[in-house]
Amino acid sequence: MILELRGVHRTHGTGETAVHALRGVDLGVAAGELVAVMGPSGSGKSTLLNLAGGLDSPTTGEVFVEGEGLSTLDRKQLARLRRRFVGYVFQDLNLLASLTAVENAALPLELDGMSVRKARKLAATTLEEVGLADLAARFPDEMSGGQQQRVAIARALVGERRLVLADEPTGALDSQTGEAVLRLLRARVDAGAAGVLVTHEARHAAWADRVVFLRDGVVVDTTSPVGEPEQLLGVKA
Amino acid sequence: MSIRHGLLALLERGPMYGYQLRASFEESTGATWPLNIGQVYTTLARLERDGLVRPLPENDGGQRPYELTDLGRAEIAVWFVTPISRTDRPRDELAIKLALALTTPGVDVRAVVQTQRTATIQTLQELTRLKQRSDDPGDLSWRLILDAMVFQAEAEVRWLDHCEASLVRYTPPSSPSAAVAEADHRTEAHK
Repeated sequence: MILELRGVHRTHGTGETAVHALRGVDLGVAAGELVAVMGPSGSGKSTLLNLAGGLDSPTTGEVFVEGEGLSTLDRKQLARLRRRFVGYVFQDLNLLASLTAVENAALPLELDGMSVRKARKLAATTLEEVGLADLAARFPDEMSGGQQQRVAIARALVGERRLVLADEPTGALDSQTGEAVLRLLRARVDAGAAGVLVTHEARHAAWADRVVFLRDGVVVDTTSPVGEPEQLLGVKA
Repeated sequence: MSIRHGLLALLERGPMYGYQLRASFEESTGATWPLNIGQVYTTLARLERDGLVRPLPENDGGQRPYELTDLGRAEIAVWFVTPISRTDRPRDELAIKLALALTTPGVDVRAVVQTQRTATIQTLQELTRLKQRSDDPGDLSWRLILDAMVFQAEAEVRWLDHCEASLVRYTPPSSPSAAVAEADHRTEAHK
């Protein structure tokens, strides 16, 4: 299991004004598995993702990444784990305007102390993976929204990221470009990563192996693993 | 789905016999609507009765092809330019079920909504798998049919989300008799 949440509670504030964002969530995501999290606004989706990536810590309960309890790590170790193993794709791309596509994609590796040459080589490979090999030297403002989103995905996937966390990664992209983004995410998961996708779009959640429904901080339902789709139509492979 | 119009549309390509029609129908629709050969022959007999197709002499294999008549050609032309009315489709069982759930004592309507949402998203997952597999750019008919089912399922989930949001704001009358009493009270106040 690459990601595991055990009995996770997260409460913001105290006393009467306390907000219980998550209340006893258990969730495991294995290598090669993409799990989508759906739920209305305020159901705890983004809190769950922040906890999974070590950006926030549970009030009670524990989060494990690659078997390591995040609460047992000091700040340095946690930052290192986040840089090495966890990739984030957010709706807000956060690309640095003064860096080219390849420099943006290489940034997490360089921050982790990898040599610039090696980091950029790996970043170039990842840009190729997301279909942007020819645009590596472009700056964000010289690219379309869809291309910028692909750079953000490359930055999330670069190196040996084993856990990819995506929060509404298709943002305001049109449906074709949004689908391309999901195909990339799916491909990396199929290649052995674990993925968590927070979305309010059913069509996007449908790319996952499992869909988890959150309401008021509690998992209220989960789809069963997808069987052979032929059963759906009784037909064509 | 109108098998009648489906067969007429196929015969627009040229004369065909029963098995050919069935195979072409399944090929065109990605076998989303499997037909049995009995349905094909029954429909052909009705189309012949209505003067929309005419049988041709049997071929060497003993199969009898059918061709479109001018009337049939006109019928299919009209079909293609006429939108399908939503009122011609079967009643929406899900909408009826939810409406009844709201007014039936002891039913957890949010649970009804969630059960349906899980099932519909599961269907969406399966459709998405099929889409992933059908990367052949030449198979546009099949991909568009899959997309139609994806969009319909997605619309259903959005409607369920809407139902759930409405339920959160909804305060049911405490009991039917209380609602009647309240209505009486309002009538009295008007007087």
